Amino acid sequence: MGVIIAKSLNEACVVLAENPATTVLAGGTDLMVQANRGMQSMDSVLDLSRILELKEWTLKDSEIVLGAGISYTDLAEPQIATVVPALAQAARTVGSPQIRNAGTLGGNLATASPAGDTIPVLVAMDAVLQLKSSSGNREVAITDFITGVKSNALQAGEIIQSITMPVFQGPQEFLKVGTRNAMVISVVSLALVTDYLGRKLRVGVGSVSPVPFRATEAEEFISQEFDWEKNSSLSEKVINKFSDMVADSTKPIDDHRGTADYRKHAVGILAKRALERVCANGES
Amino acid sequence: MTSEIYTLTVNGNDYQILDGHPSESLLWVLRERLELSGSKNACEEGECGSCTVLLDGEIVCSCLVLAASAVGREIVTIEGLGSGNEISDVQQAFVDAGAVQCGFCTPGLLVAIDQLLNTNPDPDDLTVREAISGNLCRCTGYGRILEAVRIASNSRTVQNEEEKGK
Repeated sequence: MGVIIAKSLNEACVVLAENPATTVLAGGTDLMVQANRGMQSMDSVLDLSRILELKEWTLKDSEIVLGAGISYTDLAEPQIATVVPALAQAARTVGSPQIRNAGTLGGNLATASPAGDTIPVLVAMDAVLQLKSSSGNREVAITDFITGVKSNALQAGEIIQSITMPVFQGPQEFLKVGTRNAMVISVVSLALVTDYLGRKLRVGVGSVSPVPFRATEAEEFISQEFDWEKNSSLSEKVINKFSDMVADSTKPIDDHRGTADYRKHAVGILAKRALERVCANGES
Repeated sequence: MTSEIYTLTVNGNDYQILDGHPSESLLWVLRERLELSGSKNACEEGECGSCTVLLDGEIVCSCLVLAASAVGREIVTIEGLGSGNEISDVQQAFVDAGAVQCGFCTPGLLVAIDQLLNTNPDPDDLTVREAISGNLCRCTGYGRILEAVRIASNSRTVQNEEEKGK
């Protein structure tokens, strides 16, 4: 069937239902690397990049719904950045201007890399994905969607339509370690999201396990210790304990980007740094 | 189906692509089918930026664009900069600053810098560094490239002020 450029989500769902083995193309920043190496069949391709519905986003009540086709460049724009700052920070660290113009939020999720930059943020926020197929819609929590290293819960015929997450009141941070500022696949990443109404600090970590996850024990500890009334700075002892708890929750591996020991050390530093920044931001 | 016919709009001209395989990147089609060899092929994975083109006004790596999915989009390559036989102001600034050594990264940098100055005629140093962070140069150390951007930026600022003064 060659390359089909879908104009609407419904059209895309019909094409995919009729040809379930079709390769789905969003921004192409992962897929085309594989295609260029001859490792990805491109005999039949469904291109989602012209579907306007997938580029829309809405903010209502206390939720933000982001279309799966929104580019990293657009995620980092002030309109979205003021609502979900950690997600904008994560998008800002992806690749280069060229990559951020092409790559999409939905593509990052479909690729499901342990180092996917947006994923620790979405995990920290308990994001939910809206999946669509010609036979219906369903919702899947981010932690159920990412099922392993580069594997996801998409069933035949399904397309990621949007990602919904709560809007939290309070400062947020996303931090990432790599060899330079641009064009870096993260060695370690961490998102810290404060929820003043729920009195909870939420921590998502990436590149330190097969799938990004929440450091729940560290979250519980620091949410108890955090001064929700005055947001005064925390003692060094508390900050260090939080840092250790986050590091202890990870199960990193040795690879060409870093050793397990380095990753464990670095994720603790990121936890500490993010917490100090969140305290400083809350005070101002 | 292993081949198909489609049309690409490159530098304002329509090109019919015959017998294209669906897996071909835009970079490959530009260089091998359209003989527009200004865009360079180095890494084929979006790391180096030497294949940078404009797609509907935004810089992208043409190696990561599926050619057959670029139908109906405005593609501008390095060949589309300047007018006729005249080189563009950014190209002239590269000559004046001595910003070209082996020249392999130059086309991608020129496209990225031209686009930057079109949206921000007077960028500060950090903005320039950020704008070209996806374009690797292994010869110059970037000093003369940054100098070239300053020259082009200054000449555009002077030009804009002259136009305002008229």
